[in-house]
Amino acid sequence: MQRSLTAHARHLRELSVATIVTLTVALVLVFFYAPLDANQGFVQKIFYLHVPLAIISLCGYVLGGVLAIGYLRTGDRIWDMRSYCAIHMSLIFSVAGLVAGSIWAKASWGHWWVWQEPTLVSYLIVILLFATYQPMRFSIEDPERQARYASVFAVVAGAFVPLNFIAVRLSAQYVHPRVLTLEGGNLPGSMRLTFLVSFVGLSLLFATLMKFEMLAKSSRIETRRLRRMLLGDDAVGPLRRSAAPS
Amino acid sequence: MRTALAVLRKDLLLELRTFETVPAMVLFSLTTFVIFHFALDRPSLHGQLAAGVLTATLLFAAMLAVNRLFVAEREQGGFDAFLLAPVDRNAMLLAKVAGLFLFLSALEVVAVPAFALFLLARSLPPVLPALIAILALANVAFAVVGTLVSAIAVQGRARDLIGPIIGLPLLVPALIATARGIGPVLAAGGTPAPPGKWLAVLALYDVVNVLVAYAVFDFLLED
Repeated sequence: MQRSLTAHARHLRELSVATIVTLTVALVLVFFYAPLDANQGFVQKIFYLHVPLAIISLCGYVLGGVLAIGYLRTGDRIWDMRSYCAIHMSLIFSVAGLVAGSIWAKASWGHWWVWQEPTLVSYLIVILLFATYQPMRFSIEDPERQARYASVFAVVAGAFVPLNFIAVRLSAQYVHPRVLTLEGGNLPGSMRLTFLVSFVGLSLLFATLMKFEMLAKSSRIETRRLRRMLLGDDAVGPLRRSAAPS
Repeated sequence: MRTALAVLRKDLLLELRTFETVPAMVLFSLTTFVIFHFALDRPSLHGQLAAGVLTATLLFAAMLAVNRLFVAEREQGGFDAFLLAPVDRNAMLLAKVAGLFLFLSALEVVAVPAFALFLLARSLPPVLPALIAILALANVAFAVVGTLVSAIAVQGRARDLIGPIIGLPLLVPALIATARGIGPVLAAGGTPAPPGKWLAVLALYDVVNVLVAYAVFDFLLED
């Protein structure tokens, strides 16, 4: 556990500083550099928040599945904690992304929710699925089994993310602007630069927050272990049942 | 393979002796058709609406079987006995998927004609082959994902709650493909051939989930 503690704390300060700097630059670019959209005006700027949040959270879910494979292969609980933190952060990011997307939809299409919009709908289904991750963990008491079952869930759900997008996209007509196509999209250069900076900034934010969460969790576990060593088993109360790895 | 057959035989025998699951699913489906009739206030349905009602009913009925799939194993020590035996663990997956597939097929043998009788505006026999093709693929999807979810949920405390809330979002792509595939088939003057696109999506969904289930099912039995 000592090894993992130092691993989680490594470069945390540099990462935090880089996150703050990039996000500040991104905000400055969004408000002072990127041009106003001809059709949508000011509200289009939520694009620089909504799209990166959505992409990062989906990648985070898949990352959670990949990290869970690490647990299933090695049986080392540290992988379960990484997977848990990735999914936890992705949940927060994706709820924020959904709210931002809803605001954008209201402003540009006139409705808070648009069922014809495949990206939004598949995103909602993914969130509904991952929202069951923590109740599922909570319902299993034995920590070892909790970690194993949660990893299986993460792998299955991680594979589900792309499948779900295929199915939902086929079922609806395009409404969503295809801003990031394979040909490089139809964004003007200044908008693309702003988008990329804000994408990098939010990715760094995801990484930083995930590292902080892992550090907090592993230091709590470590503190418990040390207290038990110093004060004896009786001094440390039993753990409350928890969805988080312990 | 022989192990899988033995477990499957045990499950089918259990079902034949107790008549617990399939009759409950059938009754549930019939009641749901009645509920849909009153909720939608229509004497008969066709097209996408009919497909949606049929698919949603089958999906919810499948959840009943999913909830019960591993209960006997858990409560009467079937898991321990299986783990003690020197056999391949994936035999359990195979047996349970096959069992659930058979339960769902048995359900549909009764529920689909009943649906045609109660609610469907067009005649059933000409579209039966198309319907069977789609429902067979859909049953594979429900069976594989249902088995996986059931195995995850059965160890928890609130298994009756956890099973459906994980299973339903996971099955949404299969539901979309099934409902959209059946829709044109059940249309008033519809084509009897199912749309290839949706058959392909269902097949892809099945293949991916079979592979995933095969890869991870081992870990759900370890103890």
